[in-house]
Amino acid sequence: MPAKLYSNSRLKRFSLLFILVFLNALSSFCQEGEKAAVEKKYNPTPTILEHIADANDWHIMGHVHIPLPVIIYDMTAGNWEIGMSSKYPVVEEHEEASAHGHEEATESPISGYVMKEGRIVSGEGHQLLDLSITKNVFAMMVSAFLLLLVFITVAKACKANAGKAPKGIQNLMEPIVIFMKDEVVEPNLGKHAPRFLPYLLTLFFFILFNNLMGLIPFFPGGANVTGNIAVTMVLALFTLIIINVNGNKDYWKHIFWMPGVPVPVRMILAPIEIIGVISKPFALMMRLFANITAGHIIVLSLVSLIFVFGNAGESAVMSGAGAAVAVPFTLFISLIELLVAFLQAFLFTMLTSVFLGMAMAEHHHEEAH
Amino acid sequence: MHSILLMNPLITPDPGLVIWTIIIFGLLVVLLGKFAFKPIVASLTERQEAIQTALDSAKKAKEEMVALQAKNEDLLKEAKEERNRMLAETKELSIKILEESREKAKVEYGRLIENARKDFQTEKTAALMQLKNEAGKLAIEISEKLLKKELSDKAAQESLVTTLVNEAKLN
Repeated sequence: MPAKLYSNSRLKRFSLLFILVFLNALSSFCQEGEKAAVEKKYNPTPTILEHIADANDWHIMGHVHIPLPVIIYDMTAGNWEIGMSSKYPVVEEHEEASAHGHEEATESPISGYVMKEGRIVSGEGHQLLDLSITKNVFAMMVSAFLLLLVFITVAKACKANAGKAPKGIQNLMEPIVIFMKDEVVEPNLGKHAPRFLPYLLTLFFFILFNNLMGLIPFFPGGANVTGNIAVTMVLALFTLIIINVNGNKDYWKHIFWMPGVPVPVRMILAPIEIIGVISKPFALMMRLFANITAGHIIVLSLVSLIFVFGNAGESAVMSGAGAAVAVPFTLFISLIELLVAFLQAFLFTMLTSVFLGMAMAEHHHEEAH
Repeated sequence: MHSILLMNPLITPDPGLVIWTIIIFGLLVVLLGKFAFKPIVASLTERQEAIQTALDSAKKAKEEMVALQAKNEDLLKEAKEERNRMLAETKELSIKILEESREKAKVEYGRLIENARKDFQTEKTAALMQLKNEAGKLAIEISEKLLKKELSDKAAQESLVTTLVNEAKLN
């Protein structure tokens, strides 16, 4: 009986995933349908780049946008600009505008702030500091809310169920927490583990939730949060700071004056080690950014196959053929992305633990070197 | 190339997003750390310890049980040995008693036989004496009768005397 239940829920999960992929394809279809009418050759690049990039509003489909709050500091004029993104006029790219024909010419001077390629820019070319709740910020807030909801629920359940067997969402999250605690953090950090465990768990679940939210093709998922270099940079910066703040005497000794090697080699090693201080978090930043962005690009490219095959809606038969190819491939890649979502969150956390563990390790030079 | 890299929004960190990420992630670290992961990890550690303690005590109880069983077996073995020993003792005793009684019976029997023999000997001696006396009396009576008859005839007297004399000579 439990086996049947299991297969049943697995089936449900699979079908849910399939629906998600289908919706993904559908929403893209809606987005592209009208553009396709005017463009002769379908070019998927702008759509993909639009999806990958951050924006000041949330593009749902066609001309449907969810407005988001805009908070901008105009550094040239020295004033604040606050409002909803829907109030700013949209200007198209130069070549698109000329292709559309009916759009206003970009040569004409634009005053104030306008929406260009999803971002608010100054018509007068002012330098702007955009502190808006952009698509990525909003998606991050949704993930943060979910994280708080899930883990505070789990924490409450832990207290309420003390001495009892875990159940429900507590039972779902506890094994992951135990895995991270017993297999990742404690082997690397040893006695320091309890101090860093809450941070590393937050890091893991923050990346995981944002990765998974990014795989959901409709609002409020689908934003490329962990595939944005700014987000991964901040996470890597936190790692960099934590490592260097907690690094012990041996850690700095190994960087500037490597023990156990001849003096000329120490002089060569020092700059390499100093580069290593930066390159480790830099690799973390690039790895997460590239993996998640690549995943989004692959899924969107596969969906775009439908429009490329159908030459942007001109041939229904070819569109069908494209869909026949794209749907199974998208399903397959989406499953891989599901794995990647867990894998990258795990890798980022594990490598942070490893670097931190190395920086805090007590060395015994007599034996080790 | 340099300007392309700088201009590409994909790999240019947006300062606004950087600030928001710091705020959101920083808040998450504080809030989740304090209200979620600390209690969760604490309860997990507590449970791990509780399970370990339970397992340990179960193991201990099992060991005690085994020890108790061994002790019981020893006791049983001892009791069996005791019983066997007692049985053997009893058997020995009974054999001894039997032997003794047999010995006693033998002695008694011998004594009885001896008594009987003695009685018989006495009786026999008495009977023989009586028989001798009777035979003597009978012989005297017979000799008397013979003598009375013989002494009435002269010739017979003489032959008798002669016979007696001869006999005496022979002796």
